[in-house]
Amino acid sequence: MPIARGLRGIGARVVNGVWRIGFGARFFMMTLFYSGMSFRRFRLTVRELFFTGVMSLIIILVAGLFVGIVLGMQGYETLKRYGSESALGTLVALSLVRELGPVLAALLFASRAGSAMTAEIGLMKATEQISAMEMMAVNPIARVVAPRFWAGVISMPLLAAMFSAMGVFGGYMVGVVMIGVDEGSFWSQMQSAVDFQHDILNGVIKSLVFGVAVTVISLFEGYDAPPTAEGVSGATTRTVVQSSLAILLLDVILTAFMFRGD
Amino acid sequence: MLSEALVEIRDVNFAYDSRPILKGINMSFPKGRLIAIMGLSGCGKTTLLRHIGGVLKPTKGYVKVDGQVIHELDQDGLYRMRRKMGMLFQFGALFTDMTVFDNVAFQMREHTDLPEEIIRDLVMMKLHAVGLYGTQNLMPAELSGGMARRVALARTIALDPMLIMYDEPFAGLDPISLTVVGQLIRRLNDALGATSIVVTHDVQESLKIVDYIYFVSDGAIIAEGTADDIRASGEAFVHQFVYGEMDGPIPFHYPAGDFNLDLGVKDQRGAA
Repeated sequence: MPIARGLRGIGARVVNGVWRIGFGARFFMMTLFYSGMSFRRFRLTVRELFFTGVMSLIIILVAGLFVGIVLGMQGYETLKRYGSESALGTLVALSLVRELGPVLAALLFASRAGSAMTAEIGLMKATEQISAMEMMAVNPIARVVAPRFWAGVISMPLLAAMFSAMGVFGGYMVGVVMIGVDEGSFWSQMQSAVDFQHDILNGVIKSLVFGVAVTVISLFEGYDAPPTAEGVSGATTRTVVQSSLAILLLDVILTAFMFRGD
Repeated sequence: MLSEALVEIRDVNFAYDSRPILKGINMSFPKGRLIAIMGLSGCGKTTLLRHIGGVLKPTKGYVKVDGQVIHELDQDGLYRMRRKMGMLFQFGALFTDMTVFDNVAFQMREHTDLPEEIIRDLVMMKLHAVGLYGTQNLMPAELSGGMARRVALARTIALDPMLIMYDEPFAGLDPISLTVVGQLIRRLNDALGATSIVVTHDVQESLKIVDYIYFVSDGAIIAEGTADDIRASGEAFVHQFVYGEMDGPIPFHYPAGDFNLDLGVKDQRGAA
């Protein structure tokens, strides 16, 4: 009966998906529960901050600069039609702080740091390092997972801020230095249009939420990866795909709550 | 086996889903002894070790370590018990992002408040005990397979455990490393006054060092005794295993259909 087999296959996938969501939620709660060590021995978290945050800086800064340059060029083209070139600074800053900074930085973070976290933990599992830790009476969630989780959550807003700052600099280089938009109006319009609570704080909240989502997905996929080469490679792929979709979905939800009617 | 048992396994049954792995296992591991569990790959040896370490719970029966039923302990109790155990994994399972020194010092830093100077001295003593003093600054990737296994052994005995478990400690070692690791297992057991359980299918090396052997096949014990008892065993499977014979109760050919039928040199009725 091919129809029955097909239905059974769909059912199995749905049940498996629900199980994984449950395991993921339990994993997240356990990570929070066993987070004490990440703060008592903060050097463990600092070490991970270096690997997830500092090591992601180059790609974030370069991507931010390029995005700012493109925004400057495209924005100038559009604004010129309406004689509003002086609003270029506002356009670049708002686009970056509200949307592009948190979203693109999170997507890059997922590809660079998230996939690395998944692969590292997956390989630790495959080479029995996680089992060895458990047999040494050391909780791997507290020792391995939680410091990485907090490092991801702390570094994400900082990386998003640096992405936005670099983007604004890129927009300035194109708009003011190359095209010749008035420097005073570029900065003053930006200053008057960008509201701290409404724009910057909401951007920070977004990047924090993205940081939690990406880091939890990356760590869970690594921890749950089958201990084989194929298993780790599949988990790394799932991390990037699921993180990217989660970022975009969360962005829609958060934007709907934060900026509706503006 | 006269001395008091540190580990007792009584009527342990275990199954993955509906597939039975262990079937009514009874074993006893007296204090101070070095005991091997032997058998083919997949016969349930490592599953037994996981029961002793509290990683798996039996579906029936119990495992007692130092008088406590392992599967009845809560997480804190289990972790307290594991601090008194050491386990050497098949390929060492060294932490690849730490130096040899940090690997050996790992448990001391996690479970004690010892000052760094004392930890340093202890680490050096452990490394010296396994013949690897001087390698403390190397990373695991810079070690040979035999050296990695010895560093892992130094890490295993870092807190002087009462029970040391070895999961295939001889796998993939050259003959010299194999002898070194085998002798270290024996010497460390005697020097620490520990009890050791070696899960292995390396017959020749383990028969040289162990006090007692349990033979496991298909989840059940089929023979036990001293090295001499095992060598002289009349059990066909044990004989085939110990002497490495190609054919016997474990056939050379995978159980499949008639190969001649597949080639078409014989018909269904068996006529050539």
